[in-house]
Amino acid sequence: MPSEKEQVLEFLTGKTGKSKFYFSDFCKIFPDKKQREVKKVLTELVNEGKLEFWSSGSTTMYGMTGAGKQKAEED
Amino acid sequence: MAKHQTPLLDQLETGPWPSFVSDIKQEAAHRAANPDGVDYQIPVDCPSDLLGVLELSFKDKETHWKHGGIVGVFGYGGGVIGRYCDQPEMFPGVAHFHTVRLAQPSGKYYTADYLRGIMDIWDLRGSGLTNMHGSTGDIVLLGTTTPQLEEIFFDVTHKMNTDLGGSGGNLRTPADCLGQSRCEFACYDTQDLCHTLTNDYQDELHRPAFPYKFKFKFDGCPNGCVASIARSDFSVIGTWKSDIRIDQDRVKAYVAGEFKPGGGSHAGRDWGKFDIVKEVVDRCPTGCMSYDGAKLSIDNANCTRCMHCINTMPAAVKIGEETGASILLGAKAPILDGAQMSSLLVPFVVVEKPYDEIKEVIENIWDWWMEEGKNRERVGETMKRLSFQKLLEVTNIKAMPQHVKEPRSNPYIFFKEEEVPGGFEHDEAAYRQRHMR
Ligand code: SF4
Ligand code: SF4
Repeated sequence: MPSEKEQVLEFLTGKTGKSKFYFSDFCKIFPDKKQREVKKVLTELVNEGKLEFWSSGSTTMYGMTGAGKQKAEED
Repeated sequence: MAKHQTPLLDQLETGPWPSFVSDIKQEAAHRAANPDGVDYQIPVDCPSDLLGVLELSFKDKETHWKHGGIVGVFGYGGGVIGRYCDQPEMFPGVAHFHTVRLAQPSGKYYTADYLRGIMDIWDLRGSGLTNMHGSTGDIVLLGTTTPQLEEIFFDVTHKMNTDLGGSGGNLRTPADCLGQSRCEFACYDTQDLCHTLTNDYQDELHRPAFPYKFKFKFDGCPNGCVASIARSDFSVIGTWKSDIRIDQDRVKAYVAGEFKPGGGSHAGRDWGKFDIVKEVVDRCPTGCMSYDGAKLSIDNANCTRCMHCINTMPAAVKIGEETGASILLGAKAPILDGAQMSSLLVPFVVVEKPYDEIKEVIENIWDWWMEEGKNRERVGETMKRLSFQKLLEVTNIKAMPQHVKEPRSNPYIFFKEEEVPGGFEHDEAAYRQRHMR
């Protein structure tokens, strides 16, 4: 059984076409978990530098660090 | 000589009001002259290019900003809003023009030293342009580049003891009126509640996991100086339970013209002699006041605490002694379904440290909304979609008459079968014996 963090990373790498996800997308990986627990997993991954936030200003999404085309524009 | 010709913007300066165009021009000139010898960390002509790109947008009738991005400080999901110009070659000074939101102090009290401290950081590392205050209440610093973000964050937290504010799908910077620090109408300590909840909910503020934004606002009384009922998902509005206190001698003094009505406001023209019946009694929205020529009476059971009589005669009429707050839920701006004001959820709560009762309501709402809310759905929309009754259920609040917004048109509280003695089942045959078809 992969760890919770591995499951999140697997989900992010497995999906094609998308680089950014809503918080609720991650809750679907762990249907039995409370949102607060899912949030803890994501926060740890952010703190480890593996995930990063993406924000339009009004909504926030999560993605793998460095993924997506936005990154190239920001460097 | 201005860097860009801005005839359309210049026109905005000709109106009767102070113009933001003049402000930006002033900052552009100041940065070009640099009298304090600041070692600017972002392009000096950032304000000039801002004028340039705005002029172009006016001409093209299209925005030249791209919105959003990964910008932010490490570990924070909000507080910085990425903004990029789509004409970076024409306007290199605003190629990056990120907004930084800082949490404002409760009640927006500043010392001159504090403001200078913020501006020293912002002149050095940003455009020098600010917006005091954004709609949520934050100190809004307008325009900096990605490499400056961590530096600004370090400086404001270490030198100014100030944190980033909220943005994105999280708790936004809570805002309050100045409350009991200066205002005799305040029914609870707005500043303490605002400050306490801001500290207690740091995780919700900085690490977004909500379907959309969520705002708290705290008004000390129904005058609503921070407009919580219109501008926050969770509105806390001071109120009282006991009778309005009336000093009859002072009422007479108002009538005799010894006190100025409304604390002397609207004095710009002569309104004639103060008429208590016309200006106070007849203006009471529930008609619960009367004045017999000597004594002012209030039928308190019918007072909706609109504040009108208190605002007009503050020296004679005061809020009741047993104070607390009402909690309302669900205001939002008109993206979906039009604008919406908050709906009354808790008619009265005593506002006392450590505010456990209020926090319980908040956390029950969050648990429900995080579970049931759709992406980009405000809690007011979730409430409308799933019913107010559902909200009462998840917050363990019993339906009461105050919840009914429009009796007889659409009372949106419904009974459930198990709440009705005998249930909904009835004997059709026996009924038909008593009632013909
Ligand atoms: S909302 Fe009420 S208590 Fe707060 S500052 Fe305004 S009048 Fe005073
Ligand atoms: S507060 Fe408003 S409703 Fe109450 S008595 Fe005064 S005017 Fe009437």
